[in-house]
Amino acid sequence: METVKIADKEFKSRLFLGTGKFGSPKLMEEAVLASGSELVTVALKRVDYDSDSDNLLVHLKHPHINLLPNTSGARNAKEALFAAQLSREALETNWLKLEIHPDPKYLLPDPIETLKATEELAKLGFVVLPYIHADPVLCKRLEDAGTAAVMPLGSPIGSNRGLKTIDFLEIIISQSNVPVIVDAGIGAPSDAAWAMEIGADAVLVNTAIAVAGDPVKMAMAFNQAVEAGRMAYESRLASETGTAIASSPLTSFLD
Amino acid sequence: MSFKEIFIRHDWDAVGASIEGKRAFDVEKALAADCVSLEDFKALISPAAAPYLEEMAQRSHNLTKKRFGKTMQMYAPMYLSNECHNICTYCGYSFNNKIKRKTLTDAEILEEVAAIKRQGFDHILLVSGEANHTVHVDYFLNSIDLIKTQFANISIEVQPLDQEEYEKLKKAGVYAVLVYQETYNQSTYKENHPKGKKSNFFYRLETPDRVGKAAMNKIGLGTLLGLDDWRTDSFFCALHLNYLEKKYWQTKYSISFPRIRPAEGIILPENAISDKELVQLICAYRIFNEDVELSISTRETQNFRDNIIKLGATSMSAGSKTNPGGYSVEPESLEQFEISDNRSAKQVEEVISKTGYDVLWKDWDKAFS
Repeated sequence: METVKIADKEFKSRLFLGTGKFGSPKLMEEAVLASGSELVTVALKRVDYDSDSDNLLVHLKHPHINLLPNTSGARNAKEALFAAQLSREALETNWLKLEIHPDPKYLLPDPIETLKATEELAKLGFVVLPYIHADPVLCKRLEDAGTAAVMPLGSPIGSNRGLKTIDFLEIIISQSNVPVIVDAGIGAPSDAAWAMEIGADAVLVNTAIAVAGDPVKMAMAFNQAVEAGRMAYESRLASETGTAIASSPLTSFLD
Repeated sequence: MSFKEIFIRHDWDAVGASIEGKRAFDVEKALAADCVSLEDFKALISPAAAPYLEEMAQRSHNLTKKRFGKTMQMYAPMYLSNECHNICTYCGYSFNNKIKRKTLTDAEILEEVAAIKRQGFDHILLVSGEANHTVHVDYFLNSIDLIKTQFANISIEVQPLDQEEYEKLKKAGVYAVLVYQETYNQSTYKENHPKGKKSNFFYRLETPDRVGKAAMNKIGLGTLLGLDDWRTDSFFCALHLNYLEKKYWQTKYSISFPRIRPAEGIILPENAISDKELVQLICAYRIFNEDVELSISTRETQNFRDNIIKLGATSMSAGSKTNPGGYSVEPESLEQFEISDNRSAKQVEEVISKTGYDVLWKDWDKAFS
């Protein structure tokens, strides 16, 4: 299976994980390890910078795991920029999952502020992975702004509703020059497999694993689904035939 | 426009009758709805929903788990002052109670904060009575300045203020303002708040509007359960929440469930809400609104709190003191109300962990403010 490259890093696993919502940091760690993921996102608002032993980070200290701090909580570009700089200093990484959702109800991303912040952050040397609506034009604008990847949503965050934006995800994937990571809404391994089959470069999953009856087993299930979906994509899925072959072909007069 | 314009279109008695008139059919419809309306909420808090309590609890559990995960955010209240010029019939700090009054000095605030920090808290709720000549916005601003480096998140539960005052507080680092209407029944409100600035029903009713206009991150709502019919009051609170969410769409909301507790000179009410009914109310709010934060204080008993962890609650206080100086400076001073769960924060954390939930001491960062 091909690896996926984002900025200067290559990842064998195309499954990225969120670390919130787990019943304990230990369970989160076990699920992350079982998933095979090499990139996990951590909410800056949950990291205790003043403590030498922040519980969350201690459980993510494994050589193969890269941290992707996120700005969840930021309502505009200014707040996100401030949080990003704090994160770079405290967590010693210039990678950033840019989340700007001024609407606390559905946590839908603000396209205008996200574009503004991406421009600024890219100039400041950040590797920016913005969480966005499945908006193909916005994806192109973000490319111009220097984004490292795009993270369009499948459906509202935490909703487990699957790929409601499928038609737009396909457009985004077909015209993107940066990796496309389907983020938010993936509720079941079959959703993840579907995203991979249509050519997404990776998926990011949190709620579906964190609140499953057995998060560790569910993490393994997602791992396998992502691999299966990617293999299917690489081996070129046979296309569906939408219509039956007519018994009186329209072009037979040419024979 | 403020909430007042919506509020006056609803008649207290008619709302009560409409809730009482809900039947099993309405409850089932509410439980099956994809989008739960205010009419559905009425059904869920009605007597007709009592037989559906387990079903409601399961639904609330699953919705909360999906939205908030298996987590519980912890906060500590800190009483700054028990000086108060209002007469509230249910409150130990009422102006007519001849008790020793105290407002914390700078040194005392720092001493209290040290004791709260030792318990592990990173989110604090500052509480006071209403005494505008001593416990005013400048006093709050000074207090916040003193403590802001030590907490990730600061909320306040003080007297209603003007929009400009909320703007100042937000700038100083306040994240949330909690202000409970106590009751949405105007005549009951009047009976229970006969004197003081608080007797102005509509100034209080429009407070969340002023907080929203000041772009505060979070607004906390609630009614004092037991003052009047809890079902009717809760409908009005849900109506208020619905209005605010649409208008101040960048703000988060939380609901608290204060029940009248024994306190100095207080007679317990006939409208008291039972444990079963309180669970019904908590679950109804969750089914009505998937993302509103639901907060449980130490007014509730150990048994109730241990079991509510899985039922929809998202934040809890623990090891609380409801008297100014209660953590360290003057532990014996008079409480605002008696708390029921006297366990330490550490003990509560252990119970939450054993339930399979992760305690969130820090769920905000000053960088965002």
